[in-house]
Amino acid sequence: MLNLFRSLRDAGILGMNERNARFIMLHNKRRNYPLVDDKLITKRRAQEAGIHVPALYGVVEIEHQIRDVPRMLGTIEDFVVKPAHGSGGNGIMVVTDRQGDNFRLANGMLVGMEEVGHHISNILSGMHSLGGQPDCAMIEQRVQFDPMFEEVSYRGVPDIRTVVFKGVPVMAMVRLPTRMSNGKANLHQGALGVGLDMGTGLTTTAVWKERFVDEHPDTGNPIAGLQIPEWDKLLELAARCYHLADLGYLGVDVVLDRDQGPMVLELNARPGLSIQLANRRSLLKRLEQVEALKDIPEDPKQRVAITRDLFAKNNPPTPQTVIV
Amino acid sequence: MNKLHLRLLAVLLLIIGGGATWYKMAVLGLPVTPDSTTQIWTVEARVAFQADGGPSQVNLHIPHNPPGFNVLGEDFVSSQYGLARDRDGDNRVAMWTARRASGNQTLYYRIQLSEDANDTVDRTSPAPPYPEVPDYPEPFGSAALSVLEDVRAESADISSFTRRLLLRYNSSDPGENVQVLRSGIDGSTGHVNNLIDILAGARIPARAVQVLTLRDRMRRAELDTFLEVHNGTEWIPFNPVTAERGYPRSVLVWKRGAERLLSISGGSSGNLEFAAARTVRDVVSVAEQRAMQRGTSMLMDFSLFSLPVQAQNTYRLLLLVPIGALMMVLLRNVVGIATFGTFMPILIALAFRETQLAWGIFLFTSVVAIGLAIRFYLENLKLLLVPRLAAVLIVVVLVMAVLSIISHKLGLERGLSIALFPMVILAMTIERMSLVWEEHGAGQAIQQGVGSLIVAILAYLVMFQPQVGHLVFVFPELLLVVLAVVLLLGRYTGYRLTELWRFRHLIMDRKN
Repeated sequence: MLNLFRSLRDAGILGMNERNARFIMLHNKRRNYPLVDDKLITKRRAQEAGIHVPALYGVVEIEHQIRDVPRMLGTIEDFVVKPAHGSGGNGIMVVTDRQGDNFRLANGMLVGMEEVGHHISNILSGMHSLGGQPDCAMIEQRVQFDPMFEEVSYRGVPDIRTVVFKGVPVMAMVRLPTRMSNGKANLHQGALGVGLDMGTGLTTTAVWKERFVDEHPDTGNPIAGLQIPEWDKLLELAARCYHLADLGYLGVDVVLDRDQGPMVLELNARPGLSIQLANRRSLLKRLEQVEALKDIPEDPKQRVAITRDLFAKNNPPTPQTVIV
Repeated sequence: MNKLHLRLLAVLLLIIGGGATWYKMAVLGLPVTPDSTTQIWTVEARVAFQADGGPSQVNLHIPHNPPGFNVLGEDFVSSQYGLARDRDGDNRVAMWTARRASGNQTLYYRIQLSEDANDTVDRTSPAPPYPEVPDYPEPFGSAALSVLEDVRAESADISSFTRRLLLRYNSSDPGENVQVLRSGIDGSTGHVNNLIDILAGARIPARAVQVLTLRDRMRRAELDTFLEVHNGTEWIPFNPVTAERGYPRSVLVWKRGAERLLSISGGSSGNLEFAAARTVRDVVSVAEQRAMQRGTSMLMDFSLFSLPVQAQNTYRLLLLVPIGALMMVLLRNVVGIATFGTFMPILIALAFRETQLAWGIFLFTSVVAIGLAIRFYLENLKLLLVPRLAAVLIVVVLVMAVLSIISHKLGLERGLSIALFPMVILAMTIERMSLVWEEHGAGQAIQQGVGSLIVAILAYLVMFQPQVGHLVFVFPELLLVVLAVVLLLGRYTGYRLTELWRFRHLIMDRKN
């Protein structure tokens, strides 16, 4: 048992307790949490800072407004409904198409306005928000995801999670929805986590349900060696998000739109630890490397340069042998 | 800095909590285990006399700091008499007075004592003066001097001197000198007084002590006389016949000095009798009573035992909650088990106390399962959150009622205790479980449900150990120690046990 502890320590794996005590509590001021927990605020601030985000079609704040939703949507065919205070990708409804009065959901089901209204009502009553607080529902642009993921993704929207420490992107992974995760990009629900080389944006290793894999569990296509398009732009975007909420330890979720390029979907003040499994790399060592830096430049471009300098070389793009 | 602050605080709490606990254990004698009992003696002195009809006063010497015993309480039964208590040197006197009394009078004095082997120190006045060598009549004088001469040669100090003297004085084959010394003396008091006289010849201070040898259910007992000699620092008791040093366990010192215990004015044919009885009682209440008697211990004044019994029983339960909280911290932050709600398992564990474990698990599982089924049905009705929660709550109450009725009809009285389940918590659990079920799948929901149940069972097993309950109730300051541990765990940054499993592939990857 103690041996196991020691090997985890030697591997530099960041545990939940250490993440909370040493990084989140020390670097994330509590009063800044609402800036990321409320996605409306995040979106507004991002728009002000000129950071790309999915367009907001409308906000439903009270039950009464639900009847206005069809008018709000106008001629828009596809959209996403999500809670402003959601967590872990819960409570998100993706509408891909409209057929007359009905809506086609991402999983192919056809539902009526009543169903959508009930979903919004659930959001308003706080069913999906942190701590069950009353919430409001956002209706926003559905991202047309980049075709590069088509081969290795099952429905849903793949996103790229980057952990940004003191404004320096330290580690990143792509989260690919699978059949098991039901189109959700959440690792706990069975999405596939794929590590990324910080220097090149090439995919490296992958983890699925805490197991190391080489191929996508649904499509069987190999995962390693895919190039994330506009990687430099993406890193810079992640680095710039640091100024949005002033959180030292931040998770930035970016989606790649076919036409509009990388967009920030949401920020997370408590990014999880599975990114280490996806990359098979220690997060702790990288965080400590950034911690050791004397000063961190204001300019996001220079911080991305630090990322390349520190983490590109110790992250070889070739995948490791898989141990079962 | 922050870490140092925390450690200092934790150490401070540990010292206060541990110190108070130690004090109560070692000094006040509160027991560490729940079932310790001690023997309590109830000793009664009964004074009977014939009053003359005029004013009468009865003086009775009563025990004062008897060595080897703790006084738990005393009372005086004396209907129309006024009572005063007074110190008389190393003794105490009870004075009963009445303006007018006639006929048979009976007065009682009752004292309750607990044996205390540690407390044998004789708290009497400082060293007496050395006695003058008396003017012995002859042939007593020369016999005494010759015996003292012999004894001095055989002994090293006052204690051994006295012992040698007593052995010689009581020898079955007394020499001529001892026969002279013993001649014409009657009764144990007489012999003790004689011995004091002889010891004065060696200038050793000595005194008679009147003691009561306690036997269970004895009646009409009388006092014995012991001998005490002073060695310059303390009085050393001796049995004047066997020459054994010290008071045996059940010997109660009643009065120091040979004078009579009882004096009566305004009455005649006074009679004094002793009776004693032994009972077994809880050490806790004895320690408690003794501390009150001493009146020195703030700690005991503010102990939970001073509360009414009803409130005491509430606190017996409440004080276990911190233990449960400590369990939660350990199981969540050190082991890493996922549960529904932070403290839900503790409340379930508290409910298990009434239902007993097996029944508790059965009832909990059935209520949650039925509630979940109904919650899934309600999902189809598309209700708003609060009405839906209310509906689940109502269903939970109904399910509990039905389970109670069914188990009662089946003659299973245990099933009735389900009423003690925290139903709001159950309703919330069902709601959260159904959400997890929907969003993360049945596997996750059942895993977390089972996790909660396991944590509740573990918390129950620890919280309702009789030893744990006893410790926190008798030594509530131990909760400061628990607080210190929780504070320290608050800065625990090591891995959780479940993380060993979660990251196991990374470890194996490195090893290869």
